[in-house]
Amino acid sequence: MAEPLLEVRNMTKLFGSVIALNRVSATVNRGEVTCLLGDNGAGKSTLIKILSGVYPPTEGEYYFEGHAVTLRSPREARAMGIATVYQDLSLLPLMPIWRNFFLGAEPETGSLFLRHFDDKFAKLTVREELLKMGIDIRDPDQPVGTMSGGERQSIAIARAVYFGAKVLILDEPTAALGVKQAAIVLRYIAQARARNLGVIFITHNPQHAYPVGDRFIILKRGRALGNWTKAELSQEAMVQHMSGAEELEILTSELQQISRPDAESQVAATTNG
Amino acid sequence: MATNTSMPVQSDERVARGGLIRGFFRRVEVGAFIGAAVIWVMFAVIAPENWVSITGISRILDEATTLGIMGVAVALLMIGGEFDLSAGVMTGTTGLLTGMLAVRAGWDMFPAMLAALVFAALIGFLNGWMVVKTRLPSFIVTLATFFILRGANVGVTRIVTDRIVVEGIDHAANFYTARLFLDHAFDVLGATFYTSTVWWLALTLVAARILQRTRFGNWIFAVGGDPQAARNVGVPSDRVKIALFMTTATAGWLVGMMNVVRLRSAVASQGIGEEFVYIICAVIGGCLLTGGFGSAIGAAIGAIIFGMARVGIVFAGWDTDWFYTFLGIMLLAAVLVNDNTRRRAEAMRSAAAKARTEEDKENG
Repeated sequence: MAEPLLEVRNMTKLFGSVIALNRVSATVNRGEVTCLLGDNGAGKSTLIKILSGVYPPTEGEYYFEGHAVTLRSPREARAMGIATVYQDLSLLPLMPIWRNFFLGAEPETGSLFLRHFDDKFAKLTVREELLKMGIDIRDPDQPVGTMSGGERQSIAIARAVYFGAKVLILDEPTAALGVKQAAIVLRYIAQARARNLGVIFITHNPQHAYPVGDRFIILKRGRALGNWTKAELSQEAMVQHMSGAEELEILTSELQQISRPDAESQVAATTNG
Repeated sequence: MATNTSMPVQSDERVARGGLIRGFFRRVEVGAFIGAAVIWVMFAVIAPENWVSITGISRILDEATTLGIMGVAVALLMIGGEFDLSAGVMTGTTGLLTGMLAVRAGWDMFPAMLAALVFAALIGFLNGWMVVKTRLPSFIVTLATFFILRGANVGVTRIVTDRIVVEGIDHAANFYTARLFLDHAFDVLGATFYTSTVWWLALTLVAARILQRTRFGNWIFAVGGDPQAARNVGVPSDRVKIALFMTTATAGWLVGMMNVVRLRSAVASQGIGEEFVYIICAVIGGCLLTGGFGSAIGAAIGAIIFGMARVGIVFAGWDTDWFYTFLGIMLLAAVLVNDNTRRRAEAMRSAAAKARTEEDKENG
């Protein structure tokens, strides 16, 4: 097996005295999906921000295509082929689709003083690329804010793939979507894998992660609980690791209390705590 | 439309229907354009003898020129999501600085103007740098700059000249060369126009082209619409914002120079109170106060509306006190129109904000 496409070792990130990430290692291979799982506050967002060049790590090694790298900006990461699709999609609601698609990497044409944004090319390309993902946009000038959640997600993914991403980092792409729309996004992830991209899929939903994942990393309170291949981990074991056995027990007893109609005040107290 | 039963064959034609007229109404500037047309017609009815003439047009354009130069620069900054309340007083500061160097230190006009340009660019840089470093609202940061400059304008001028005005700048070497470039009067069909107006129109076209047709223009919209999203896709947000603050300061310098060569003097109170007029020009032209949306051409039309109001009130023989009432009504009308645009985008904006709050919670 060749070296991993992207590998980080012992990544640590401190925010003041808060340890957001504690010696976490992760790998992504070509044509594989690495799922990054964990509850809120587990450090998923911190890790992907390090991977995508937003935060410099406090400590840790970063290898891309076998070389040690130090990312100084998201722009640098993207130039290397590490593309991140954030939860908010980094789309501007008031901006037309074609402007959004090429934001930060605008194609230019003409020379010197007449150098300008090649809008004809941009509009044409946007239509073509979205058609490849099965979306027929009526008007590239349509502001993104007027589109549906699934459509916006697909614009963001299509954008990353178009710009030669080798690694695609997807931050909770299915979180805000209904069952049908989430299924479409999972299909895009499988498509990206088939095109030999390495995908890092962040989610807290085991049912979304398990079908498309080849490798699973579960984070908890800033630490990695483990790094498994699909063969080493069943879906049940994954759920167990994610929630923790004792927490499940507490939850079970809480749920029993909730089912008693006279226990409303107690429930309020528990949920607030 | 109801009688047209044959639908276009290609699915792409869904959008093309409506053609030119619909394309016009989709433009950002349409509100300002209609407003300008209504006001022109209004004064054409009230005071037709002077208004509907080449002289009327030359007067309106001359009144609009300096507001237009500033309005266009301020529009770029507002699209980039920031305000500059020191833009007005900057026209005074640069004029006074040039005047003092030319009159008291005996400098040639050109080096004196260059010194003022460097000073303006530096203030613009500091404004921008403080805003991006401290993340304080630019409204507050530039309000502080406004007061600092306002005080310094009077204070320094009084120390140097014992008065609050610098006079006799036309005795400086190369004064008339500078005037030829910046504010040369020329006749067209018997009415007087100035090169400053030509500068304004040219700069408006340059700004419009930058906004609509360049990479930097796309970045301006992006940093104003959502700086975090822009940063995520690799737009150097801080550099863009600093450049925009330097642009308004530089525009302030240009207007300051135009005032100096026309009036041959510089007054310490120059430009105070005008900063809001620039913002109103930009807002009438379609800029949202929340950033990320607007137009340079619209801001220029906004300035023309002001020019028309100032000249029209005089032509109609009204008391000029009413100018500010007019200003307020125009602003209110423009904001109501723009609000409609904002609402359409609101749905997604709040969804994005919600996603980000959750993300922040996770990081905390």
